[in-house]
Amino acid sequence: MNQVLIYSVVTLSSLGILAAVILYFIAQKFKVIEDPRIDLIADLLPGANCGGCGYAGCRNLAGEIVKKEDLSGFMCPPGGNDTMKKIAAVLGLEAVETEPLIAVIRCSGSLASAQKKSEYDGVSTCLYAHMLFSGESGCPHGCLGLGDCVVSCQFDAIYIDSETNLPVVSNEKCVACGACVKACPRSIIELRKKGKKDRRIFVSCVNTEKGAVARKNCKVACIGCGKCVKECKFDAITMENNIAYIDFNKCTLCRKCVSECPTDAIHELNFPPKKPKQEVVEQSESNQ
Amino acid sequence: MKTFKLGGVHPEENKLSADKAIEILPLPKVVYVPFSQHLGAPSVPVVDKGDAVKVGQLIAKAQGFISANIHAPVSGKVAKIDSIIDSSGYRKNVIVINTEGDEWDESIDTSTEIKRDILLSAKEIIDKIHEKGIVGMGGATFPTYVKMMVPEGKKAEFLVINGVECEPYLTSDHRLMLEKGEEMLIGVSILMKTLNVEKALIGIESNKMDAINYLTVLAQKFNGISIIPLKVMYPQGGEKQLIKSVINREVPSGKLPIEVGCVVQNVGTAFAVYEAVQKNKPLIERVVTVTGKSLKKPSNFIARIGTPIIELIEYAGGLPEDTGKVISGGPMMGKALNSLEAPVTKGTSGILIMTQKESKRPEQLNCIRCAKCVEVCPMGIEPYLIALYTELGKAEETEKERVMDCIECGSCSYICPSGRYLLDNVRIAKSKVGYIIRNRK
Amino acid sequence: MGLLTVSGSPHIKGVDNVKKIMYGVVIAMIPAMLISFYFFGLGAIKVTLVAIASCLLFEFLIQRFLLKGKTTINDGSAIITGILLSFNVPSSMPSWMIIIGSLVAIGIAKMSFGGLGKNPFNPALVGRVFLLISFPVDMTNWPKPQAFSTALTDAITGPTPLAIVKEGISKGQTIPEIMSSGKIPAYVDMLFGNMGGSLGEISTIAILIGGLYLLFRKIITWHIPVSFIGTTFVFALILWLIDPSLYINPLFHLITGGLMLGAVFMATDMVTSPMSKTGQIIFGFGCGVLTILIRVWGAYPEGVSFAILLMNSVTPLINKGFKPTKFGEVVKNG
Repeated sequence: MNQVLIYSVVTLSSLGILAAVILYFIAQKFKVIEDPRIDLIADLLPGANCGGCGYAGCRNLAGEIVKKEDLSGFMCPPGGNDTMKKIAAVLGLEAVETEPLIAVIRCSGSLASAQKKSEYDGVSTCLYAHMLFSGESGCPHGCLGLGDCVVSCQFDAIYIDSETNLPVVSNEKCVACGACVKACPRSIIELRKKGKKDRRIFVSCVNTEKGAVARKNCKVACIGCGKCVKECKFDAITMENNIAYIDFNKCTLCRKCVSECPTDAIHELNFPPKKPKQEVVEQSESNQ
Repeated sequence: MKTFKLGGVHPEENKLSADKAIEILPLPKVVYVPFSQHLGAPSVPVVDKGDAVKVGQLIAKAQGFISANIHAPVSGKVAKIDSIIDSSGYRKNVIVINTEGDEWDESIDTSTEIKRDILLSAKEIIDKIHEKGIVGMGGATFPTYVKMMVPEGKKAEFLVINGVECEPYLTSDHRLMLEKGEEMLIGVSILMKTLNVEKALIGIESNKMDAINYLTVLAQKFNGISIIPLKVMYPQGGEKQLIKSVINREVPSGKLPIEVGCVVQNVGTAFAVYEAVQKNKPLIERVVTVTGKSLKKPSNFIARIGTPIIELIEYAGGLPEDTGKVISGGPMMGKALNSLEAPVTKGTSGILIMTQKESKRPEQLNCIRCAKCVEVCPMGIEPYLIALYTELGKAEETEKERVMDCIECGSCSYICPSGRYLLDNVRIAKSKVGYIIRNRK
Repeated sequence: MGLLTVSGSPHIKGVDNVKKIMYGVVIAMIPAMLISFYFFGLGAIKVTLVAIASCLLFEFLIQRFLLKGKTTINDGSAIITGILLSFNVPSSMPSWMIIIGSLVAIGIAKMSFGGLGKNPFNPALVGRVFLLISFPVDMTNWPKPQAFSTALTDAITGPTPLAIVKEGISKGQTIPEIMSSGKIPAYVDMLFGNMGGSLGEISTIAILIGGLYLLFRKIITWHIPVSFIGTTFVFALILWLIDPSLYINPLFHLITGGLMLGAVFMATDMVTSPMSKTGQIIFGFGCGVLTILIRVWGAYPEGVSFAILLMNSVTPLINKGFKPTKFGEVVKNG
């Protein structure tokens, strides 16, 4: 009995020692010496691995930052400037402030304004509908409403409004990682400046068809009339391919173009209700 | 009877218009001729608003190697260059011509006499086919002249003619073989001369016994043309499947039929070649089957290119009240239209009307892994697996599963007992993998 | 006219659907079920009804209250699980045990993986094996078959032919001795089902009728059953040729125990068997080899259910390793 006990103890312990020795040498051989700062920075990052920074995952970004020893060109959209400042403090570098962005849906072809002219039946993904036809409304550039952006969003920041069948971006949740921009087969979503108090002005249409054709499919399409371009004093609006585009770096949020648009294609978000004209001018100046 | 070995399904044939003789559709008042009716680069219009055109006059010129000329299908005035939703589901540029009379270009032989002697040389024939804008009439619309130029180092041994028409409902090729059999066979001889081959094999499925018998007798007058009756099996009309059925050769993955010494042409193309070469007539009209269970008068029409599809439906008894889907092409591979103003193009082999009930897809259930999709896939790929990858967002990884071999025949979606949208997902994977492959080059 | 529908091709659909397939399998199981009613009487009817009802009930409860989704109990798959479970237990099985078996089969083996089509193992077999391990006595207490028995619990019980052989061999008897001991029923009886055993496994003939129906309806293909039964036969034949006094003849292996039931109804389960034809043949081969290994050298007299479950577990591997022949892959021209 004792013999059995001794034998098993000896065998098992020698096996254990042998394994430990082997493991030790393997660990030595494959040892990766890593900058400890990578771990420090990775801990500061949100850990969502959303890819919004342009790198595959948070750790990857941390590695790149440490490698370059410079923060310019790096931005963690979900973490924002706060996170970048913390990273800067750890590395003893200067943080580069960037203005926060947000995803903007540039289509307002709701069920009411862009009526269904045919019906789609198939896999519930915009990508496939886009391959098959111009869409239920007939607009070849408009939102298909099947929610590829919703699926792509890791932050639960987009949902499809059941009434309009258009996606809605949450001001609070969106971190501007850009996943939805990539997911949208029709390039409707754009990352734009978040704006003070979340105030934004943009052309909510990407249809490049001629005015009359675009209008046939959707009441709120940009028809490329150019009124807004004339109205804008800051050269913020350009017209290309029958579609107006507001450069958010030049726009002063004066709101003059909004009322000028004959099809209500220019949208303003989170502004107080319209007051008499002078006040608007004042406000826009204070915003500059 | 011969057929291909791997996979295949046998859907209900429903050839409702098989015994309806081809009727000539009255000239439409306006035609909408798309710039792009073929695979490859869109053609460039050479007419302007207000120009008077005659039937058969060149109105848009081929641009680049893979492209095709387009000719005026009617005589009249060019009203405008506009855009219209065509069978692709998207708005495409079209030349709009208001019909005035029916004045043909002088160079075209409009007599009904059959011209049997082939006077042109191989080179001249290819030029003629190019000039007259002939494309594959089976639906793929690949420019025929490109196909007829055998690449250096390769040798064509057989000309395989596709008279299979394996799509349910469609009968345009069937009627063409019965009514224009001799012209079609002359067309085949022309193609044989061009390719310098001794043998042409015309594959016809056994549900068209009348065509098989008729052509077998006719073919005795021609050298080297034989008719091969084939067992009814979908998708036998696929190029690779047809070659396998007729001469039992397998075209390797990613390669063209010429790899095994074959060139495949459709019977409709052979007829168009006859008209182009012997009659100097460009491709301005084609046989279109208009069919559907709810349609009053399923018919076969000769329609001018550019005729709005709704007009064809009107002549076939009008659009039924409960129409749910209108398909350009057959039920297995055709495209559902989102606008009935879409015009007939060179590739429109049929218009199929489906009732609301027929067009409703069954609810998608869980995959029960019955392996039926694997069993019926004529290319031997695994649709369930590719669909699964796509649903998991890993469509990019399906390249090694040979997703690009898929010929989109739809057998998998057809057979799936769970009603899963297999082909939809396979197409998504194909488009993603295709994008990756293009970027790699 | 309503709006035109746009969808990707194909625009027509074959006639087969999940319901038709499932009820096709149910129909195929009816002959074997009737035979079990004939030989085991009311007890068999009770077991069958309890198993079907409890499977349906658990599926309904789980889908409705646990997953809070749509219930799909009318697709017939739970009925199949129920019948197969009843096929795998003796007619004297207490109802509460069957209910536990159903809960394991439906709750653990099927629904916890995501329901129909997602389960890696055949649910009924998981239920059976669970019962076999938990209640070995009740699971191996086989009532003697009696035509038109009306008793709910049969008084006379006895082992199955396979168990008799196993026991005999472990006692050191040779096969001819066991065969002549009078405990083994005649081959004709075993063929028709007049022997001890689980409800569904006794009658080879009835199962084969069901199998032919499945083949005719194209619900199963020949690959798995033929390779399963064929492998079992060949393996047993080799052993028998080596030493007929130690190993029983291959025919005995075929018609006793759950081999036929397993090969026709359980190994062919679409969900848990490989997708490609080559894969299916390998699967059947593996099942056959394991069955004989367990029957001859294992602790249990019967190994079909373990064999199938083991092969179920390697099905994903088989799917990965044995792809269908692709068009244009093997170029044989001429």
